[in-house]
Amino acid sequence: MAERGERAKNALIQLLLAANAVVMLYPLLVMLLSAFKSNGEIFANPFALPAAPNLDNLRHIWGETNFVGYLANSLMVTTASVGGIVVFATMAAYALARYPFRFSAAVFLFFLSGLMVPLKLAIIPLFIEFDVLHLVDTRLGLVLIYIAMGLPSAVFIMTGFLRTLPGELEESGRIEGASEARIMLSIMLPLARPAMIIAAIQNAVPIWNDFFFPLVFITSDARKTLPQGLTVFMGEYNTDWGVLFAGLTLSALPITLVYIALSRQFIAGMTQGAVK
Amino acid sequence: MAQVSIRKVVKAYEGNVQAVKGIDLEIADEEFVVLVGPSGCGKSTTLRMIAGLEEITGGEIWIGGDVVNDVPPRDRDIAMVFQNYALYPHMSVFDNMAFGLKLRKFSKEEIKKRVDEAARILDIQMLLERKPKALSGGQRQRVAMGRAIVRNPKVFLFDEPLSNLDAKLRVQMRTEIKKVHQTVRTTTVYVTHDQVEAMTLADRVVVMNHGVIEQVGPPQELYHNPATRFVAGFIGSPAMNFLSAQITDNGGLAVELADGAKLAIPPQRRDRYAPYKGKKVTLGLRPEHLTETQDQEKPNVVQMDALVDVVEPMGMETMVHFFVRGEPVCARVDPNLVIKPEQTLRLAADMNNMHIIDDATGKVV
Repeated sequence: MAERGERAKNALIQLLLAANAVVMLYPLLVMLLSAFKSNGEIFANPFALPAAPNLDNLRHIWGETNFVGYLANSLMVTTASVGGIVVFATMAAYALARYPFRFSAAVFLFFLSGLMVPLKLAIIPLFIEFDVLHLVDTRLGLVLIYIAMGLPSAVFIMTGFLRTLPGELEESGRIEGASEARIMLSIMLPLARPAMIIAAIQNAVPIWNDFFFPLVFITSDARKTLPQGLTVFMGEYNTDWGVLFAGLTLSALPITLVYIALSRQFIAGMTQGAVK
Repeated sequence: MAQVSIRKVVKAYEGNVQAVKGIDLEIADEEFVVLVGPSGCGKSTTLRMIAGLEEITGGEIWIGGDVVNDVPPRDRDIAMVFQNYALYPHMSVFDNMAFGLKLRKFSKEEIKKRVDEAARILDIQMLLERKPKALSGGQRQRVAMGRAIVRNPKVFLFDEPLSNLDAKLRVQMRTEIKKVHQTVRTTTVYVTHDQVEAMTLADRVVVMNHGVIEQVGPPQELYHNPATRFVAGFIGSPAMNFLSAQITDNGGLAVELADGAKLAIPPQRRDRYAPYKGKKVTLGLRPEHLTETQDQEKPNVVQMDALVDVVEPMGMETMVHFFVRGEPVCARVDPNLVIKPEQTLRLAADMNNMHIIDDATGKVV
C-alpha cells in the first residue's frame, strides 16, 4: 500500500518536472528552429519544423554583420568580470572567514550591504563618475561595474563556505611548514572550488545576458556586447527574425556550454554540507 | 630528538579565565608522555601551546634547548596528529605525506624514500595512490601518523588521535602507536581523556585537572600510589571505591566506616595514619582489592558483609555492586561464584592496598 502511494507520488513529481522542462525548453526550441527558417516562413508556420533547413541565416550573421565583434566583446567582458569577481571575492572572503580581526563583522556587513543597493538606481551618478574617469564607452568600464556588482553575493557565498572548512587543515599545514599563502593556495582553495564555481556561474549568466549597462555606457558599435548588438537586427519597420534568432542561438550557445560543463560541480557545490 | 620543558606555563583567555594555571613539566628525550584528564582540564591547550597553535600567556616552553614561545609552528620542528586526522582531502596519500617535505625542499628521491619507509612501517604501501575519502578510519589514522613520521621531527604531538575510532580499532591502533614509538623513538606528547590509553602507552602519565597537574609518574606508580583523591578516582577502571570513614583507636588503629564496621589498619601503616585519629577521612579501596574470602587468608585482610545490589558478569571477572550507608561500592569477585542480588556476601578487603585521603586537603596520606 505504502509502496503504491510512494510510486504515485514519484510519478506525479516526474510529471511536474517533465512539464516544467517542456515549458522551459519550448521557447529555446522555437528559437533554434527559427534560426533555420526564412522570415516569411517564420510568420507562415511559426511552430513548424523548417521546411528547407539551411544555414543562410547563420552564414549571414557570421559573415555580413558585426556579430563576431559583439561575441568577442561579450567573451572579453564576461571573462574579465567573472575572473575579477572570483579572485577578489575569494581573497576578501578568505580573510573574513579564516582570520579573526577587529571590525571583520563590519567589513562583512559592508560587503553584504552591496546586495541591497540596486545599482541601476545609481546609474546617473555612476555615469557622471565614469565620464570624469574617461571610462564611458570602454570595455574596462563595464568590467569594473560588473565586478563591483558581483562582489557582494560572491563574498557572501565564499565566506559562508570557507568558514565550514575544518581549522585543523590550516593548523596542520602551519605545523608542516606552509606559509599563510601556501595554506590558502594549496590546501584551502582547492577545497573551496565548488563555492568558487557557484560564484562564477551565478555571475557569468547575468553578465553575459546584461543589456542595461552596455546600453547606457557603450556607444560605439565596435565595443557593443551581444545582447545590445543583436538589437541592431531589430528595425523600426521591418526585422529579419530569422537572422535575429540565429544570432540569439549563437549567443546563448557559449554560456549554455559553460553551464553544462560546470553543472556537475555547481550542483555538488549547492548540496555540499547538506548531507554529511 | 629533543627534550621538552614546560616552565610555569599559563594560558589565560579573555575575561581572565585561566585554562592552564602555571604548570611545570620536564619531558626527556625519546620519552612517551601522556597528558590525561577530563575535558576542560587544559591538556589540549597545553599540547597546542607546545605546537605553537595557541599563544602562551605566561611562562616558557623549551624544545631541544631553545625557548620557542615566539617561534612559529613551522620552525619548531614538530609534527602533530589531529583527532580528525586533518588529511588534505584533495591530495593522494602520497602527496599528503610528502607535503611537508616538499615545502622543505627535499629532493624527489629523498621524499620518495622517506614516504616509502614510513608507509612500510605503517603497512600502507598499497594505499599511496588513494585519496583520503577512499580510506577507512584506521587507515586515515595511519596516514596521519605517516605524515608525522616522514618529517623525522624533534617531537610528535598527538591530540586524542583515537577518539574517532570504534572500540576494537582503538585497541589495535593503540598497540600500533606504541610499536611505532618503539621503532622511531621520538619524544612524544600524547593527549587523551581515556585513562586506559594513558596507562598502556605512557612512559610517564601526567594527570591534569582544572588547569593544574595533579600528579606525574609512571603508570604503575599512579595506580599504586596516587597523590590525590582525583588521581585515585581517575586512574583505574572500574574506579576506586571511596567510603567516608574515621580513624579510631579502640584497642588498635582501625578505619571505622559510616555503618560502624571497623577495618583494622596494617601495623606498618599505623605511624602514618596515627596523626589523623579522630579526623574525617575517606577510605579508598580498588574493586580488585575487595574480593571473595579465601580459605587461607593473607595478613592484613579484613572481612566485611555486603548486601548485593547488582551483579555484572564480565567473563574474566564479575563485578558486585552494593552500598555502605548510601555510598556505592564495587567489588571484583571470582566469575565462578554464583551470586544473586539481595543476598548477603562476605567480602575480604585487602588493607595492604588501601588509601586514606584527608578530606580537608583531598591528598592521599
